[in-house]
Amino acid sequence: MCGAPKQGGTLAGIDLSTQTVIQGSVWHDGAPVAGAYVRLLDGTDEFTAEVVTSPEGEFRFFAAPGTWKVRSLAAVGKGERVIDAEVGLNETTVVIE
Amino acid sequence: MSRNDVLVTVDWVQEHLGQPGIVFVEVDEDTSAYDGGHIEGAVKLDWKQDLQDPLRRDYLDKSAFEALLSSRGISNDDTVVLYGGNNNWFAAYAYWYFKIYGHRDVKLMDGGRKKWELDGRPLSKDAVQRPATQYVASEPDLSIRAFRDEVVAAIGSKNLVDVRSPDEFSGKILAPAHLPQEQSQRAGHVPTAINIPWSKAANEDGTFKSDEQLAALYGEQGFDDSLETIAYCRIGERSSHTWFVLSELLGKKNVKNYDGSWVEYGSLVGVPIEK
Repeated sequence: MCGAPKQGGTLAGIDLSTQTVIQGSVWHDGAPVAGAYVRLLDGTDEFTAEVVTSPEGEFRFFAAPGTWKVRSLAAVGKGERVIDAEVGLNETTVVIE
Repeated sequence: MSRNDVLVTVDWVQEHLGQPGIVFVEVDEDTSAYDGGHIEGAVKLDWKQDLQDPLRRDYLDKSAFEALLSSRGISNDDTVVLYGGNNNWFAAYAYWYFKIYGHRDVKLMDGGRKKWELDGRPLSKDAVQRPATQYVASEPDLSIRAFRDEVVAAIGSKNLVDVRSPDEFSGKILAPAHLPQEQSQRAGHVPTAINIPWSKAANEDGTFKSDEQLAALYGEQGFDDSLETIAYCRIGERSSHTWFVLSELLGKKNVKNYDGSWVEYGSLVGVPIEK
């Protein structure tokens, strides 16, 4: 029931007519960052979830329509991105400067 | 009971690797994390495969818990140091579980896997095999576990601490946002519950905030020290994190974890719900 889903990969089996998917990847210095911690913060900056990026630097959240902040924490530094999500697929890239 | 009795630092762990009498145990939600690299010598407990009854929704019974720990080479006299991903959610659940079955000396590694990884500390892929033991568990200590009827009875009379994110508390979403959103339960929270997300008790690197910060946090949010307390979340793992903070770090009395949590409560017929 609660096995953390593998990050990245296909959207097979995910109902994009009901789920609000926020996904993307973390980049640093021109390359994806594997093993970065990515957290989803709500409109008040409160923690909602956290995942670890795949070997390809990918992350995925299941949220609700609204404004969210994606913040990445890795050994190489931090980055963040604000996103206005709608039902369906919402993609973004977080760059760690 | 104080912080030093129940928490160890990553430095302490690195200094005590391989020491007889100490068993490091990784407990994850993402159960593939251990296989990709773990603390040297640590054994794995799979939250779902190992720690849940395979048929009923419940934790293992006493004999199954004894068999599990015996097979992992854990003795009654060992110091068990738990750590894991997700800011130690499932390690905290295992801590609570070990306490249910009366393990004498159990601790959490502060910050869990995340702190260890962010520090760039070494991980091993070597298989770990410890000689089997004859573990003997105590009868379950139900003074730290709440059941659904107690939760309903606690409305308006105990501290009910809902540790989920504000959007889960308000019913905007039904599960933490790294999981597909569920449709089966009603959304909302137990009436009179106060929302103190587990995440407010942790720093960004997964370590617990200081005792002073934690005491201030619960005080500010309306936690009443004169009342008994039940903590809940969705399935009981994040509320184990808060149970650990309240009971083990802050030393509050009569704190229970409701591991049925919202997946159970939000499916009950006829109970009151607020949104």
